[in-house]
Amino acid sequence: MRRPLASVVVNLALAVAALVTLFPLAWMVSASLMRPGEASTYPPPMLPHAATLANYRLLFAEHGIVRQVANSLLISLLATALSLTFNLSAGYAFAKLQFSGRERAFRLLMGALIIPAQVTMMPLFLMLKEMGLVNSYAGALVPWLASVFGIYLVRQYALTIPDEILEAARMDGAGELRIFASVVLPLLKPIIVTLAVLTFLGSWNDFMWPLIVLTDHALQTLPVALAALSREHVQDVELMMAGAVITVLPVLLLFLALQRYYMRGLLVGSVKG
Amino acid sequence: MKPARAGWLFAAPALLAIAVFFVVPVAAALLMSATDFDIYGLASLRNVRFIGLENYLQLLQRPLFWRALFNTLFFVVVGVPLSIAVSLGTALLLHSRLARFKGFFRTALFSPVVTTLAAVAVVWVFLLHTRYGLLNYALSWIGLHPIDWLGNPHWAMPAIVLLSVWKNFGYNMIILLAGLQAIPGHLYEAAQLDGAGSGAMFRHVTVPSLAPMLVMVSVLTMAGHFQLFAEPYVMTQGGPAERTVTVLYLMYEDGFKWWSLGSASSVAFVLFAFMLGFSLLQTRLTRGVAAA
Repeated sequence: MRRPLASVVVNLALAVAALVTLFPLAWMVSASLMRPGEASTYPPPMLPHAATLANYRLLFAEHGIVRQVANSLLISLLATALSLTFNLSAGYAFAKLQFSGRERAFRLLMGALIIPAQVTMMPLFLMLKEMGLVNSYAGALVPWLASVFGIYLVRQYALTIPDEILEAARMDGAGELRIFASVVLPLLKPIIVTLAVLTFLGSWNDFMWPLIVLTDHALQTLPVALAALSREHVQDVELMMAGAVITVLPVLLLFLALQRYYMRGLLVGSVKG
Repeated sequence: MKPARAGWLFAAPALLAIAVFFVVPVAAALLMSATDFDIYGLASLRNVRFIGLENYLQLLQRPLFWRALFNTLFFVVVGVPLSIAVSLGTALLLHSRLARFKGFFRTALFSPVVTTLAAVAVVWVFLLHTRYGLLNYALSWIGLHPIDWLGNPHWAMPAIVLLSVWKNFGYNMIILLAGLQAIPGHLYEAAQLDGAGSGAMFRHVTVPSLAPMLVMVSVLTMAGHFQLFAEPYVMTQGGPAERTVTVLYLMYEDGFKWWSLGSASSVAFVLFAFMLGFSLLQTRLTRGVAAA
């Protein structure tokens, strides 16, 4: 195959693949701007005849979806804050602080990765019920406190911190807490962003645990509320698409803004095998 | 404070959280799977009795369990190779020296990965609509009759495979692309000097260099596929004719619809056992192939 021809084939294949991949998302946006019933005509229209925001207005005014937006936002932000609090110090400790049983504890943690989280859901639900935390933000946040993956992610990055910097700080008489706060954390900044983005997206997109633990409509997160709404409104394609846009758009934009950090986490995470 | 003591103190909060909210529940789930914990148990623990392996034995006698197992295995066996093939294909395209606008294409192809599964599942329900769905419309151009994707027992699971490939292929694409970029250029140059064509180079340089990564990717992808839940929950509610009830869907219904938490726990451990078995099998098999 000659070069120019090969180049056309490769780029055409990429363009078709990208088009097919983006199409469902583009159609979601387009249909969300259609008048009620417009998407259910034949042949199916690609673009709205006259774009309208009526579906969005309906979601906010009549379905009060602002409540679920706030729930999702709050839970994801808190999950991110908790995950940073717990995982940063632990990841640093596993990388840079010698303590007895460290290697064994780390191996045990990595071993725990093979257990699917769903196994814990039944006892966790009972536990939270006893503590009165079912149908509370706290209940939804429990799985995000600390994670083996988060610890691993921070540890791999913290391993690259030169010991000399820490030793120098100790020589100067700085305590361990002080070293962590003013020497280590600034050096960890890139991985802090990575962990924050991954946690925020993970908790925003989470479905099964919020479905189980937040049954009260007023406390539901967007994905769960959308799933429930879609069962009641099977015919209202345009309304559902507006709901899908509201759910997907925030994380998509966040990803686009912080893509570099997200990809770093993905590649570090993938070598955990 | 000595570094050694600081080490434990720094690690303690996270380890404690993992112990209380992960390790203890896993152990408790194993115990629960040996009890008849149900809605009466939920009212008072005094109603819970130890029944040994009864839950597991009863699972074996439930047609729905076998159905769920079959559906899940279908999703794994069909979905995983398909997904990795698309990932590898797009990764090779992106890796090609001839490709332009690589950054844009990479982001575009990856974008479904970060979207919310429950939301895009709702979108796909309408894309798959028998009469007004754009998939059937596109198929009509090549003369195919409309398919009742989510209403026909034979097509519902394949439709979910389709959504899942679209949603997830970008993840492995990025990992495999990094793998391709890590293959040393001199290997290709040496092969070229030996007169290898592009097909031979792919077979003798690319595939062997990428093999360890492909194994890892397939083990992780398989683990993810075993945990299919949100798609059938949103799109089909397990139907039609229970063809999209998965093991995890069964666990959810047993546990949180019927409140048979004991039985649900046994389902969870069966799932765990299958995931473990398949991962071991996969690593064993590929090790055998590598040794041969």
